Amino acid sequence: MNKKNKIKIVVNGKILTVNLNFSLKNLIEKLKTPINKVAIELNEEIVDKKKLSKIFFKNKDKVEIVHFIGGG
Amino acid sequence: MKSDILKIANKKFKSRLIVGTGKYKNMKECAEAIKISGAEIVTVALRRVNISDKSKPLLMDYIDPKKIMYLPNTAGCFTSKDALRTLRLAREIGGWKLVKLEVLGDKKNLFPEMIETLKSTEVLTKEGFKVMVYCNDDPLMCKRLENSGAAAIMPLAAPIGSGLGIQNKTNIRILRKQTKVPLIIDAGIGQASDAVEAMEMGCDAVLINTAIAKAKDPFQMAESMKYAVLSGRKSFLSGRIMPNFQGSPTSPKEGLI
Repeated sequence: MNKKNKIKIVVNGKILTVNLNFSLKNLIEKLKTPINKVAIELNEEIVDKKKLSKIFFKNKDKVEIVHFIGGG
Repeated sequence: MKSDILKIANKKFKSRLIVGTGKYKNMKECAEAIKISGAEIVTVALRRVNISDKSKPLLMDYIDPKKIMYLPNTAGCFTSKDALRTLRLAREIGGWKLVKLEVLGDKKNLFPEMIETLKSTEVLTKEGFKVMVYCNDDPLMCKRLENSGAAAIMPLAAPIGSGLGIQNKTNIRILRKQTKVPLIIDAGIGQASDAVEAMEMGCDAVLINTAIAKAKDPFQMAESMKYAVLSGRKSFLSGRIMPNFQGSPTSPKEGLI
């Protein structure tokens, strides 16, 4: 694959290299994230989970995928 | 007997014990302790999904949010901005509007940063959240929170996780008198008698995490706290006798030989 077609994104603090036409839906599928148990932020904006397939990454995009854990 | 229902933001609960889900050995232990405690509300924290280890179990697999109400918290947030971000994300996961706001100001004692807490309460209330607020026991600040639309006032009894019990009883009594929304003791409970005391003072509920999770036997402590809250509540509702420094015989004098 040509390097020009690759971009770097940061997912939960980790750098991932993905294809230029990679969508948020592709990412969620790749990570096998249970979509109904998480919330997603793209560059500190909450993402509508119904629109995941329409959101394509740009270089240096920051994604946060969060869920509930034990806490007081 | 009349039914005794706890109402928070128009939601009704039978149990007056709210428990946290942190600090347990594992999720199985946490789920079991919650079941034993009889709690209908559990606090939960919001954190990043572990993207490198997908096999890690999820809280929702152990505690069903359809059966037990999740109360998302903002634990670990030190600014209003972080707290707002956290709760907006929490709402996004499943439509949660009833939330626990906790903005800390001091890493050592985990005391609440009340100015940021007040600001956050105002913003969240305007956004339609029902905000249960972890706060200090200052009656003036608590009043301001209530006036800002807080759904519940949750003063600490002592620092989070300290198990010291209710340190400032006078303030809690003053808060009981002035507070119209549910008054819930959050943080500092160490043993069953602390929970009884809070309930006997007329608090509407108590929130306990460490005292159960870190007890040598969390299951037995969960049960103990369940009965402590019930016992303290009934004691409060019964109308106790006035304390008296003089003895009063229990057996009648009439017919004495």
